[in-house]
Amino acid sequence: MKSFKEYIAYPYGLWMLIFIAVPLLVVIWFSFLSNPDFKAGIYTFTLENYQQFMDPVYLELLYRSFLYAVIATLICFLIAYPLGNLIVSLPGHRQNMMIVLMIIPMWVNFLLRTYAWMVLLSGSGLISQFLGLLGFRDVSLLYTQSAVILGMVYNFFPYMLLPIYTSLKKIDPDLLRAATDLGANHFQMFLKIKVPLSLPGIVSGCMMVFMPAVSTFVISNLLGGGKYMLIGNLIEQQFLTLNNWNFGSAISMVLMTIIFLVLGIARLITGKEFDTGGQLL
Amino acid sequence: MKKIVLILSLLCLPFLAGGCGSDDRAELTVYNWGDYMDPEVIAQFEEEYNCRVNYETFTSNEDMYVKVKNSSDTYDVLVPSDYMIERLIREEMLRPITKDSIPNLANIDDSAKNLAFDPGNQYSVPYFYGVLGIVYNTAQVTDPVDSWNLLWNDKYASKILMYDSIRDSMGVSLKRLGFSMNETNEANINAARDALIAQKPLVMAYVTDNVKSLMASGDAAMAVVYSGDAAIIMSETDSLNFAVPKEGSNAFYDNFVIPKNAQNPELAEKFINFMLTPEIAAKNIEYVGYSSPNTPALALLDASWSENAGFNISNEDLARSEIFKDLPNDVMEIYNRAWTEINVSK
Repeated sequence: MKSFKEYIAYPYGLWMLIFIAVPLLVVIWFSFLSNPDFKAGIYTFTLENYQQFMDPVYLELLYRSFLYAVIATLICFLIAYPLGNLIVSLPGHRQNMMIVLMIIPMWVNFLLRTYAWMVLLSGSGLISQFLGLLGFRDVSLLYTQSAVILGMVYNFFPYMLLPIYTSLKKIDPDLLRAATDLGANHFQMFLKIKVPLSLPGIVSGCMMVFMPAVSTFVISNLLGGGKYMLIGNLIEQQFLTLNNWNFGSAISMVLMTIIFLVLGIARLITGKEFDTGGQLL
Repeated sequence: MKKIVLILSLLCLPFLAGGCGSDDRAELTVYNWGDYMDPEVIAQFEEEYNCRVNYETFTSNEDMYVKVKNSSDTYDVLVPSDYMIERLIREEMLRPITKDSIPNLANIDDSAKNLAFDPGNQYSVPYFYGVLGIVYNTAQVTDPVDSWNLLWNDKYASKILMYDSIRDSMGVSLKRLGFSMNETNEANINAARDALIAQKPLVMAYVTDNVKSLMASGDAAMAVVYSGDAAIIMSETDSLNFAVPKEGSNAFYDNFVIPKNAQNPELAEKFINFMLTPEIAAKNIEYVGYSSPNTPALALLDASWSENAGFNISNEDLARSEIFKDLPNDVMEIYNRAWTEINVSK
């Protein structure tokens, strides 16, 4: 007999089927068609959408998107890991407060926060004026590569911090004490105990930042002023302006395949633990 | 993000349908450019004709086309531009206008009627027109603004705003090189592309709706914009002016059309006729800022409009400008590819 638990999973399964599996299959199907005419029932199967993507122009775009996403992920990690350690070392109630402070900005709409950055970074904005006081005149930070990366770091930072924080919190303090007892200095303890035990959180956090960063199109559009096109913008353009849904689907598939590969590698690094520990909350 | 919005809107569909049932007023679905009609005027129409207007907006002709072509929603009134009307007519997606139902067509100046994209105005009724040009800050730009070359002047590096639209940005580059806005020769299109790639380091950003704040704050010295947008920006900020370069530019005509599958074509014609009444047209002009072919409406405007360079386009500027043509698919592919290469370049 099936347990109650299994029955309540059905709606979730149905939901996944309708809103994840079916649309995904449609995208896969679209990516293999060439100029279909659905009304006349003409579908020609082809690989030319994928061939089209093998153009140096698009490959460079893919490279650029990955570069930006990797940089953003790295910066997030470099800030989040020390911060995570700091928060874990605080007393309980202050830990919670710090985490809440990290989450509160996420209650404000993502677009709104990005628009706020546009105002802050613009030539007449607060940051430029402050730099002007220090003697750096006419610095416009808006519409630069750094602005795009800043946008990614800012928007996706909590996704890095939270898994790292949870995995650090789960480390039994006795293990750390044991390490010091047995003669490990602070550095050794950090490297040999803390880092390996928090690795699932690190990998999980990196994935959670990398995936939205590599496919974003809003941030590059708003903070890059259309000058730093990313793969997400290319997909958006194919669907919304150029009306080439088939090529757009093919690019989406390529991107998705690569992300799956990256996920696979992440799994290899952490082994089985990736499934059990360190996930977001 | 988009997916979530999509899913949520899909989930809301049944509720929407339920909602309509409780309201027995006739329904009219209008699909127009963003910020292109005074909301008050729409409310007025709803009241006068006891109907409900579903008002949706788009940001480019291409977006509109993709939506109308692929979506199962039907629209009663669309406001596409010239070349898009040409395409819609060619693809037999429009319904001929019954001119007897739109007596206010008499208010429209002849210069906006009977244009090449719709000879005899069988399918479309003029709404607004305008010209692409340069809006510039008179305090920052010391050179004469009479040529597209100004946008390639490195004196204004990082102070230049381009228009984030394929046909418009490519058109500017083509015109500067002495080609047509509707160029079909691949070598010429590629020359225009290379010029835009060379210009890219000077460009502050490719924008659509952010021009206003960047020009008002003085962060940008000049921007490629359409005349009516310039008119609105200039009416709110001093020290800005507008000019149409001597090489010529793009002139557009945005007209009302009724799609073939419209649910309520009679009401759609009433809507169009209503928008052509002088008082209503004047309200829309003051809200939108674009030049209007509605002659009696012009007399009702506030005096400040007669001095606005973005609103009053000279006949010479119009004569020098070309209207976009709907280019064949294989040519558009060259444009699309060129545009992607510009976007990707550093």
